[in-house]
Amino acid sequence: MEREKIKLIVEALLFTSHEPLSEKRLAEVLEGIDKKSLRNTLEELRREYQEKENLEIREVAGGYQIFTRQDYAPWIEKLHRTRPTRLSRAALETLAMVAYNQPVIRVEIESVRGVDTSGVLHTLLEKNLIKILGRKKVIGRPLLYGVTDDFLKYFGLKDINELPSLKEIRELVPEKEETDEEVKESEEEN
Amino acid sequence: MAYHVKLEAYEGPLDLLLYLIKKEEVDIWDIPIAQIAGEYLGYINMMKLLDLDVIGEFLVMASTLMKIKSRMLLPQEEEAIEEEIEDPRSELIEQLLEYEMYKERAKTLAEKEEAQSKLFARPEAEIPSSQPTFEASLFDLLTAFRNVLKEKAPEIVREIEPFKITLEEKVEEILKRLESKEKISFSLLFKECLSKGELIVTFLALLELIKQKRVRIRQPKLFGEIAVYRAPA
Repeated sequence: MEREKIKLIVEALLFTSHEPLSEKRLAEVLEGIDKKSLRNTLEELRREYQEKENLEIREVAGGYQIFTRQDYAPWIEKLHRTRPTRLSRAALETLAMVAYNQPVIRVEIESVRGVDTSGVLHTLLEKNLIKILGRKKVIGRPLLYGVTDDFLKYFGLKDINELPSLKEIRELVPEKEETDEEVKESEEEN
Repeated sequence: MAYHVKLEAYEGPLDLLLYLIKKEEVDIWDIPIAQIAGEYLGYINMMKLLDLDVIGEFLVMASTLMKIKSRMLLPQEEEAIEEEIEDPRSELIEQLLEYEMYKERAKTLAEKEEAQSKLFARPEAEIPSSQPTFEASLFDLLTAFRNVLKEKAPEIVREIEPFKITLEEKVEEILKRLESKEKISFSLLFKECLSKGELIVTFLALLELIKQKRVRIRQPKLFGEIAVYRAPA
């Protein structure tokens, strides 16, 4: 298949898809395409979309998806009559704990947050932002939590490693002094 | 009736402590415990006064603060000075720092949430082929027709009448009905038939139309009701 044709097909596939399309899935549809030319095609397409004012192709949750750009949000919200909802602070703090420490048990989250977290965990499970990974092999066999693909989609992350490290956060929030120990800790996390 | 207000600003005792440390502009590594504990208790009393739901966790922290305060007031024993004495505050400081770290992480998540919420992707599209319908077979049609015949109580008709309606007329009639409606259910098509003869003509007309690809028959689920659709032009 010629290069230009592949690109048009990939674009059409992305256009119709309501979830991120992985390279694997695209390769399945475009039978027999080799990895390298698929990746080149995707790169080319992404570059083309960078020229566009209103749309872009983003890598989210291990796949590619076409998104409208930020400036167009007001019109889209008006069309669909939606107001974006926001997670509560408690939910965000709990999610941060799960995302950075998974697999993690409830007691660990509560020891950091200092408050009961069972209600929040329940809500996050319902929203499918976290999932139960199994049980920890300690007394009481508590449930282990981890984040889901929907978590990555919700925050627009390519994968879990895209979460900023503590060091990067500190750079954004410069008021804190960093001790040597903490630097080491954040490096270990990366 | 009591009001129950959840203080969104202070999610928990650690949050309140961090707030007080910032507000009083004190060093987190050298917290003036007496001062901060006093402030903290002041807030708890205020929360009680306002009949806010002062939960246990706030009280636990209050007692921790009092414990640290009392330990710091005690004179240190002489020989202990030689050794490395652990600051009674260190455990609390550690906890505060860790919590603060996650607060910052939660903040960056909130920023990402905000940014992502302004980007829209295609919602789940209605791709026609994904409709769960089966192409009904001739046998499905025959089965459905047999059911129709069964439902029509066997009338005892002794007169022999010529067919009043011809195949062509029935074909036209079905097509006409499909003009105004997207689909007709199979059983409805036969409901208005007056005689067994007309039932048969209707069925033959349907088969004819299928052969000519002027109508389509679909079944939303296996062995379900068959619907007759107008074939796309």
